[in-house]
Amino acid sequence: MILSVEKLEKQFGSLKAIDGVSFGIREREIVSLIGSNGAGKTTLVNLISGYLKPTAGRIFFGGKDITYASPFKRIKLGIGRSFQIVHLFEEATVLDNVRTPLFARYGRIKSILWSADSYVDITREAIGILKLFNLYDKKDSPAKELSEGEKKILDVAMAFALKPKLLLLDEPTSGVATHDKFSVMNTIVSAIRKEGISALIIEHDMDIVSNYSDNVLVIHEGRIMAEGKPEDVMQNKEVRETILGIQ
Amino acid sequence: MGQLRWRGSILGPRFFVYLSTLVLLLILPLLLSPFNLILLEYGLALALVGLGFNLLLRYTGLLSFGHGAYFATGAYTVAMVGRYIPELYSLEMLLPLSVLFSFIVSFVFGFICVRHTRIFFAILTLSLSMLVFALLFKLYHITGGSDGLYIPIPSVFGMVFNRRPDFLSGFFYYFLVFVFVVGFLFMKAVVNSPFGKALQAIRDNEIRAELVGIRVKRYRLYAFVISGIFTGVGGALWSFVNGHVTPEVAHWFFSGEIVYMVLLGGFANFEGPIIGAIVFTFLKLYAMSFTEYWMFIIGITLIILVLLLPTGIAGGIYRLITEIRKGKTLSGI
Ligand SMILES: Nc1ncnc2c1ncn2[C@@H]1O[C@H](COP(=O)(O)OP(=O)(O)O)[C@@H](O)[C@H]1O
Ligand SMILES: [Mg+2]
Repeated sequence: MILSVEKLEKQFGSLKAIDGVSFGIREREIVSLIGSNGAGKTTLVNLISGYLKPTAGRIFFGGKDITYASPFKRIKLGIGRSFQIVHLFEEATVLDNVRTPLFARYGRIKSILWSADSYVDITREAIGILKLFNLYDKKDSPAKELSEGEKKILDVAMAFALKPKLLLLDEPTSGVATHDKFSVMNTIVSAIRKEGISALIIEHDMDIVSNYSDNVLVIHEGRIMAEGKPEDVMQNKEVRETILGIQ
Repeated sequence: MGQLRWRGSILGPRFFVYLSTLVLLLILPLLLSPFNLILLEYGLALALVGLGFNLLLRYTGLLSFGHGAYFATGAYTVAMVGRYIPELYSLEMLLPLSVLFSFIVSFVFGFICVRHTRIFFAILTLSLSMLVFALLFKLYHITGGSDGLYIPIPSVFGMVFNRRPDFLSGFFYYFLVFVFVVGFLFMKAVVNSPFGKALQAIRDNEIRAELVGIRVKRYRLYAFVISGIFTGVGGALWSFVNGHVTPEVAHWFFSGEIVYMVLLGGFANFEGPIIGAIVFTFLKLYAMSFTEYWMFIIGITLIILVLLLPTGIAGGIYRLITEIRKGKTLSGI
């Protein structure tokens, strides 16, 4: 297990947004997190990435207890994340959007007199990542000129540039036109698979979930309702009724 | 294949523009009247201020309305050394000292200001500069109050100059061009460096910048300090040209002029603030000699600017070049 979560709880006032959640993610495993609005998905991702501190329970990453580690520390340890809304460097070029995280990762971000272009190795690596995510053709465009789908992909590529061992993706296809969802997901997942990293992906579309994930985690009112292979979870009566709305 | 084409390569057309500008700057003393040469010197000193100011505005996304404070720090460093420690009053001492003091002041003020952004940042910088103004104004016995202080002609490595006009149109002009070129090259390097990319990242998306491992407040402070030092050095050089300094340079009104000249030149381009500083200097002086309602003229140009040239003079030039290029490729088919 690269990540294990044990009896996690998060209380917001009188609301228990996460209520005794335990699960694990293995190396190279892609897990989808599904559940209706307000189920606690984003809260769970915030707890794992350190943006929120739990009221009870433990989180282990690579065997280390990180329950109370800072978000910054967790990034260093190898937990990358994206948000529900994209966070790009809008005015900067697509290349610089990926290169800047790389400069930070290699401890070169303080460098003040040499031009960014003179770091040929880092620039090459950035270009490699852009190719992996099918963004190479756009490398000189400002990020703000990308399509919604491309922005989503770039957002993931930026988290990817920090060389995470685990990626937490909060709705990577939200806001993307329906006919583009699959190609966006295809690009993201094939990059993740190629590098052999683990991922926890929040996703609504069941077709996407069953196509791209090894395991599915269903969360409802802060509790895990079901867990397992996509096809098994989809057969679960409770899941069909409450989450999928199928009788 | 996979060739990396570096944008802005060293021998691009931009380089030749820079080089010809430098050559022009070096021969201008032969072409300009002494009066206009001195105006140009005011402009070059302010150009350093504009470069510093724009590191914050364009590259870090912070609008300072109090850059007069650092300008005043540079200028008053010169004045106070002249008054209290005359044995240190030489150009080679004064410049490092103005760097040192503008470093200290911008570090302390920056530390307070970078915790905030947008209008809050602007108001804080403005307030702190008014504090400096009040101190310079009230501490009459130390600072000369509203009368300000006289700026003697500095010696240079033991060389002594007797007449200010000779000093200004001779050695000092070339020295100023030298400092300007060094400042220009330094700033150019900064904005294209990974550090400069970090600043632009912070400007565009603070959350992501933090997430990527950039210490946002710390980097804002670095930018603030570099900006403050450029402004301080600009103030020191300006004081030699002016021969006199008063608390007005710390007033928000003067800070507003800095904002104005950068917008006039075009803050979206690296060269904009330089063009703005020089044009502003000439515009202001000729407007002032033309009418006592010179602020009216400055105001009108601002309105015209916003309506016709929202990207400033530099932005307009760049657009023109693009148009011409397009025209050329079309006719070349
Ligand atoms: N910072 C917060 N303070 C108070 N309540 C919150 C906070 N964040 C989320 N919640 C509540 O916790 C519940 C789960 O929210 P969230 O994790 O965002 O759901 P999901 O991402 O599954 O749609 C919701 O009822 C939400 O209103
Ligand atoms: Mg959510």
